[in-house]
Amino acid sequence: MAALTPISRKPLSMVLPTVAAAGGFLGMFVGAGQGSALLGILIGAALMAALAWVYITVLDNERVARWITILGMGVIGFLFAGFTGLIVGLLAGWFFAFFIFWLYEGRYRQRLLPYLTGQQVFGHYLFRVICGAIFVFLITPILVVLPLSFNAQDFFTFTPEMLRLDPEGYSLKHYRDFFTNNEWQRSFKNSLIIAPIATIISVSLGTLAAIGLSQSHVPGRRAIMGILISPMIVPLIISATGMFFFYSDIGRFMEGTLGMDKNFVGYIKVVLAHAVLGIPFVIITVTATLVGFDRSLTRAAANMGAGPVRTFFKIQMPLILPGVISGGLFAFITSFDEVVVVLFVGSASQKTLPWQMFTGLREQISPTILAVATILVVISIALLTTVELLRRRSERLRGLSPA
Amino acid sequence: MKVTKTTLLASAVAAIAGGAMAEEMTIVSWGGAYSKSQLKAYHEPYSEKTGVTILNDDSSPEGVAKLRAMNEAGNVTWDVVDLEAADNIRACDEGLIIEIDPDVHLAPAPDGTPASEDFGDQLVSPCYIPTIVYSTTFGYRTDMVPEGVEPPTGACDVFDLEKYPGKRALNKRPIANMEWALLCDGVAYEDVYDTLETEEGVERALAKLDTIKDQTIWWSAAAEPVQLLADGEIFMGSTYNGRLFSMIVEQNQPVGMAWDWQMFDLDGWAIPAGLSPEREARALDYIRFSSDTQRLADQAKYISYGPARKSSAPLVDKHADLGIDMAPHMPTDPRNAKNTFVNNYEWWADYRDDLDARFQAWLSQ
Amino acid sequence: MTDASQNAGPMLAADGTPLKQSLARSLRRQKLRALLLIAPLLLFVLFSFIIPIASMLFRSVENGIVEKTLPLTVVALENWDEKSGELPDEAVYDAFVNDMIVAVAEKKHTRLGSRLNYEEPGISSLFRKSGRKIRKWDPEADAPFKEKLIDADKGWGDVENWRVIKTHSRNVTPGYFLAAVDLRLTPDGVAAQPEDKQILVKLFGRTLFMSLIITGSCILLAYPVSYLLANLPMRVSNMLMILVLLPFWTSLLVRTSAWKVMLQQQGVINETLVWLGLVADDARLVIINNQIGTIVAMTHILLPFMILPMYSVMQTIPPSYTRAAKSMGATNWTTFWRIYFPQSIPGIGAGSILVFILAIGYYITPEIVGGTKGVFISNRIAYHISSSLNWGLAAALGTILLAVVMLLYWCYDKIVGIDNVKLG
Repeated sequence: MAALTPISRKPLSMVLPTVAAAGGFLGMFVGAGQGSALLGILIGAALMAALAWVYITVLDNERVARWITILGMGVIGFLFAGFTGLIVGLLAGWFFAFFIFWLYEGRYRQRLLPYLTGQQVFGHYLFRVICGAIFVFLITPILVVLPLSFNAQDFFTFTPEMLRLDPEGYSLKHYRDFFTNNEWQRSFKNSLIIAPIATIISVSLGTLAAIGLSQSHVPGRRAIMGILISPMIVPLIISATGMFFFYSDIGRFMEGTLGMDKNFVGYIKVVLAHAVLGIPFVIITVTATLVGFDRSLTRAAANMGAGPVRTFFKIQMPLILPGVISGGLFAFITSFDEVVVVLFVGSASQKTLPWQMFTGLREQISPTILAVATILVVISIALLTTVELLRRRSERLRGLSPA
Repeated sequence: MKVTKTTLLASAVAAIAGGAMAEEMTIVSWGGAYSKSQLKAYHEPYSEKTGVTILNDDSSPEGVAKLRAMNEAGNVTWDVVDLEAADNIRACDEGLIIEIDPDVHLAPAPDGTPASEDFGDQLVSPCYIPTIVYSTTFGYRTDMVPEGVEPPTGACDVFDLEKYPGKRALNKRPIANMEWALLCDGVAYEDVYDTLETEEGVERALAKLDTIKDQTIWWSAAAEPVQLLADGEIFMGSTYNGRLFSMIVEQNQPVGMAWDWQMFDLDGWAIPAGLSPEREARALDYIRFSSDTQRLADQAKYISYGPARKSSAPLVDKHADLGIDMAPHMPTDPRNAKNTFVNNYEWWADYRDDLDARFQAWLSQ
Repeated sequence: MTDASQNAGPMLAADGTPLKQSLARSLRRQKLRALLLIAPLLLFVLFSFIIPIASMLFRSVENGIVEKTLPLTVVALENWDEKSGELPDEAVYDAFVNDMIVAVAEKKHTRLGSRLNYEEPGISSLFRKSGRKIRKWDPEADAPFKEKLIDADKGWGDVENWRVIKTHSRNVTPGYFLAAVDLRLTPDGVAAQPEDKQILVKLFGRTLFMSLIITGSCILLAYPVSYLLANLPMRVSNMLMILVLLPFWTSLLVRTSAWKVMLQQQGVINETLVWLGLVADDARLVIINNQIGTIVAMTHILLPFMILPMYSVMQTIPPSYTRAAKSMGATNWTTFWRIYFPQSIPGIGAGSILVFILAIGYYITPEIVGGTKGVFISNRIAYHISSSLNWGLAAALGTILLAVVMLLYWCYDKIVGIDNVKLG
């Protein structure tokens, strides 16, 4: 939707009440904090409406108005509630400065279709606000808990020093702990060994099976699909105990009969167990990609003399790669975040990161696990960006425009 | 010269023997500050002495379940397990861990007293080598005590919602809670376990717990009540005294101890059944090393749990980092141990199945 | 006849074989190839997952322990009429003591006691206490045993205990399944558990009910977001997608502890509300350690599983349909309800089934934020596996849970088709 809609200034009769309503909304919280919500609503509404009137009719200079509002409301916030108030005030000031002119100049219609009625425009923005609130719900817990990784104390608690933004209340000691503590390092290393190998197994077997499943005329397709997806639907604790007994037998066989090293066998057991858990995700994503796969492409390749292997790697694979990669990422994260099964199947030398986090959470609630989480979030963002770039690349390859 | 030669020879033999045995052993414990104290007091010196690498597995909370699974699967990956007394008795009864004769396998006290005498009553099961005496007791927020009210002194204050309003935290299992409920309901100390053996006694204990049920957060891991206290989420909660010690002394939290009717319990080593002879020999060697008089006293430098040997008590020293005297923080210190009771392990081994089922059903109602 | 058909001539493929045959062969080959592609994974999953799980679930009916521990007693008890109300005769006591002497030496009797205690509370302590005494007895010198045993513990003079042993001496038992639905197998047939022990059916109900609520709230929250993501330009929506995937990829443990920090009485939400003056300091909201805590935290944790399939379905809905409807005069609501919503149903179905199945099996999150009222049946399974060691009951509960999930899976496959699940 290009910005084709012409915009025009709106009458005060529309701008002032809207701004007043928003002001009243903010005023309600401030008022409630000071004792009377009703008074807060009235004062907030009046103040904001007056502000809007002054800006529009008297000042009429957006940049100046913006700075006045931001600083002014920051000061007011600071007077009311100290440092936190200052931040809230600055944000509110920025919002109102933007909001008043956004309404007055009619910019809110800029990106919408020209024929929408006022009600539809309102609905549009209401919908956006609701979605925004849901995104806030999704992301807040993580944003809230990550700062605790800089806590100078050993608890999951915002100390008064932290709330005052006193540097005393912050420290990097939990990060130091993660990087210097043997247990954390060992478990991190183990996760980095186990998760990729498990992923490779589930992705390679899973992709092959998904391709097989996507062919027509597979006998017993539903039953096979059900079996392959079952690791996702059996409650984990049952899987964990069941697999423990099975892998103990396997382990004994490999150690006793094949004479393999105990540690090595331990890794094999955990890797296989995690590979099984990751398989449903690979199957589901790759099958879904294959549903949209144009089969005439493989026929064309075969027609031009490519063998099945060559066709697979040159034609099919690049096209279903996004599905394979996202299945792989799901499988990776399954292994990287799995704690119940590894607690049973693994032994101490295969302790993974989630295992260590689990004991960290249970036996000593230590913010080190938050430090780890912060590091992992940063890595996730990097990974997600990579995936996004890959997706864009694959779309370019397929000749689709990214929009 | 001759002495040096013998020592050299001995250490060479030890080194070869050590090298011949596999270099790794897995020791299972509780994690947190407790594992750290074991690392400092036992693991590090032992590794230094023998060259054995020690792997930590913090699985003691599921110790019996995993021991049983390993035993059934014939795949024992643990070498030494740290268990609390009740779990140990249970595992011993089921043949999941081996019996250890203290006089054969343990070092005598420095004055030559045999180990069985030195440990005395603490050897509650033939499979058990206790290392520490700890207690389950109460911590409370000093800043949440209502004005003009005496701070709580012990377990019975938990039941007094009028004097001390606010949430409580208790362990999600019957052990200790049932005894406290009866003791605070007026049952005499000597009669507690006899009363609990009867149906009316159980009803009575649960009825007492009912009075605070909806004000109670039930914890299953010992770190939870500590975190809840740090948050000011609860007014008082039961946990192991070492956790409270580290919270109060090392972390400077506004928390006080209410020692009255603390419950003494033991924690210590066990060796899983079904190890190969070499592994079993090494595990026994480790236990011999880590339960001698000096080692047990050393552990008390890092955490406020009392050593299980009588001969270790005089050796208890100052805190390794803070340099404070550890004795007043020990559960056994006379000022803290005015009213105490000892977990009746044998009784609990017999009645645990019954009471667990009752208690869990009561909880979910 | 043969000639005629020969003459009519089936269509021939290029190599001269009849086309029908050639097609059939190629179809067969295709099938074979497909199966060959599937085979490695299928075998892998069968061997390393299905068989272990099946053998685990088999424990829900397996009951060899009585016969294995007390082989002589079980045989001797066969001649005893449990309805007579009389104690078994000397032979049974003799067999029992002989069995127990062996069992005590092998340390098996306490495990049997625990096993029988599931059925009849009090037997565990009986076995343990008498085990300690029987250890010192001699099978030859100390006979006869009837008097002695009753002297050692009067529990052995109680007909009821013998009836329990006899009732549960079969190798296959329905006992665990009955226990899983709050019934029990008594010597007089199936009976209800005592009132104060009837918790499991309630727990099943609660698990289903709360999983439904979680699924419902996930639908409500995911629908607008997925709609937005599907209708924004790709570049913007992919950026917003990071907000969805980031929580998804953050460790479950961290997210759960984050909710603990948020929801506590001294937590972020309550502090903010108090700071804003919306809630009085002494009337903080109780939103953790109860069902609300579990629902909020699990909705958050499972929301991405709803958004991703919905988003991928909505992406495929062509905008021209809604435009056409609008151009023909439909109102916004009609357009949405009659045109857009029906097309988005597969996404809702896929997401719901995923969320519901995952919700029903979660136990770490409810354990941490659910208190005693907000826990699921899986917590119970975990408790029986790692704490009470009643693996038979855990397996029975797990089997029932699995059956429920399978039923749902089957319904889902019938209604939506399993191929329609798409994860991003």
